[in-house]
Amino acid sequence: MSVIRKPSQLLQEPWWIRWPLIVLATTLFFGILVAPLLSIFIEAFGRGWDLYLAAVIEADARSAILLTLITALIAVPLNTVFGLFAAWAITKFDFRGKDLLLTLIDLPFSVSPVVAGLMFVLLFGAQGWFGSWLQANDVQIIFALPGIVLATVFITLPYVVRELVPLMQAQGRDEEEAAMTLGASGWQLFRKVTLPNIKWALISGIILCNARAMGEFGAVSVVSGHIRGETNTLPLHVEILHNEYQFAASFACASLLTVLALLTLFITTLVEQRRQQTEPREPSPDLN
Amino acid sequence: MVVSLTKSAIRSNAPTGELPPQPHQLRQRPSRVLPGFRLALFCTGFYLAILVLVPLLAVALKSLTLPVDGWWRLLTDARVLSALKVSFGTALVAALANVVVGTLLAWVLVRYRLPGHRFWDAMIDLPFALPTAVAGIALTAVYAGDGLIGSQLQKIGVDVVYTPAGIVIALLFIGLPFVVRTVQPVLAEIDASVEEAATSLGANRWQIFSRIVLPAIRPALLTGFALAFARGVGEYGSVIFIAGNVPKVSEIAPLLIYIKLEQYDYAGATALAVLMLAISFLLLLLINQQQRRLNRFQRR
Repeated sequence: MSVIRKPSQLLQEPWWIRWPLIVLATTLFFGILVAPLLSIFIEAFGRGWDLYLAAVIEADARSAILLTLITALIAVPLNTVFGLFAAWAITKFDFRGKDLLLTLIDLPFSVSPVVAGLMFVLLFGAQGWFGSWLQANDVQIIFALPGIVLATVFITLPYVVRELVPLMQAQGRDEEEAAMTLGASGWQLFRKVTLPNIKWALISGIILCNARAMGEFGAVSVVSGHIRGETNTLPLHVEILHNEYQFAASFACASLLTVLALLTLFITTLVEQRRQQTEPREPSPDLN
Repeated sequence: MVVSLTKSAIRSNAPTGELPPQPHQLRQRPSRVLPGFRLALFCTGFYLAILVLVPLLAVALKSLTLPVDGWWRLLTDARVLSALKVSFGTALVAALANVVVGTLLAWVLVRYRLPGHRFWDAMIDLPFALPTAVAGIALTAVYAGDGLIGSQLQKIGVDVVYTPAGIVIALLFIGLPFVVRTVQPVLAEIDASVEEAATSLGANRWQIFSRIVLPAIRPALLTGFALAFARGVGEYGSVIFIAGNVPKVSEIAPLLIYIKLEQYDYAGATALAVLMLAISFLLLLLINQQQRRLNRFQRR
């Protein structure tokens, strides 16, 4: 965010207030955010490179990485397509029940991940609604890939929509309507008018969605069953290693997820800079 | 940046979807000129129905099958009550602490141009991007007795890990960006001329903060508090490592749901989940009401 103001000398606190505030803020910033981040890499490489490498390329770790990638590869595109449809319906048309729709979309943000997992166990677990039918037809959802994907899709559902809606709302419908009068088809409209306008917001939505999808722990933990080499995603693998007191290995795997998080932050920061250059500012109460 | 997510989440959180009236809504104009309305709405509705409505319905119906005495047993179970107390108590303390810490960080970020400002600012979003399990083990390592900060704390006789204080630390981490990202833009938009006027009338910096800045950021603080609190109550991944999970001491409600599920006590798990949802919902309703009162008061 570039919301820095030029402080006029008059409006600065005297130095004996300013400096303690800065020191206190730096200390808290270090204690809450920087120290944990550093500790991940310190612990991961603390026992040397060999151990690190061994922990990361070991068979269970490899299968956990693979499962995490597969899950994200299914969940993120699904939620991206959904996000585009939902944002289109919400911002380009007026209809009743729009508020309800937005509330439903936001709901996964406010439900505990464990409760999210519980919902799918109630539906597809052995004692669940569809449990006996699934068993009769030999379909495994809970404690298998479909359950993990479902839980992940649920948790990451709002990310893309929530990036798109405010922007598309601010952009209005005029450009699309103009294209319509010039004879554009629906698909042309979307590809040549809407998509270029929302490109950056879409990218940051997808990246955030992906970060959460690869990192989701609580909901996936409930539905996965922790079967080693089969239904363990990378975050679950980190947990298991940690519970077995294999700290170096646990932090080694955690460092992969940390690099992903840092990459996510880096890209979204870049994208945000781009957006500030190219997109219309969202309407805000007078900025004089 | 990740901010935009929060910004929008926040906008949606304070009455959901209440967007300012757009000019096209004021003009008389057929509202469905563009193509794809039915397709888009149908896909959206279908997706939401399958992924959100049906699972919610399953929870609601399951909780109805729990007999009255089952509910009674749940509500009088010391372990359940303590888990709820721990979850809501630590979330409350952490959200309050985050209001103070978040305001301080937002203030320093907006008002003082420090070297490496970009880096600081981007790092605030770390808790949004870092998987919760990773945050959990990292915080445990830092605050454990032999950790970077934990060892210092132990010298002054403070144990953090495996106590409710550890849970507060984890929730402090998780909730921090919610407060910073709600307060930061409001702080940046406060008109400098108002402060200049106050200064010229002889107000000191503290008076300016308490009479001008604080009232301006109060609604944002309340929103940030509500978001951090709601997130904290349900938080699982970052908490379970540092909490130690001692029943009746540092066991959180989501973990108890998890344990009940592992014991195939679906009804008990569901009932506890519904109880948690109901309490959170009531509290957020209360906060929203407060918010509206505050807004009305400010407009006058």
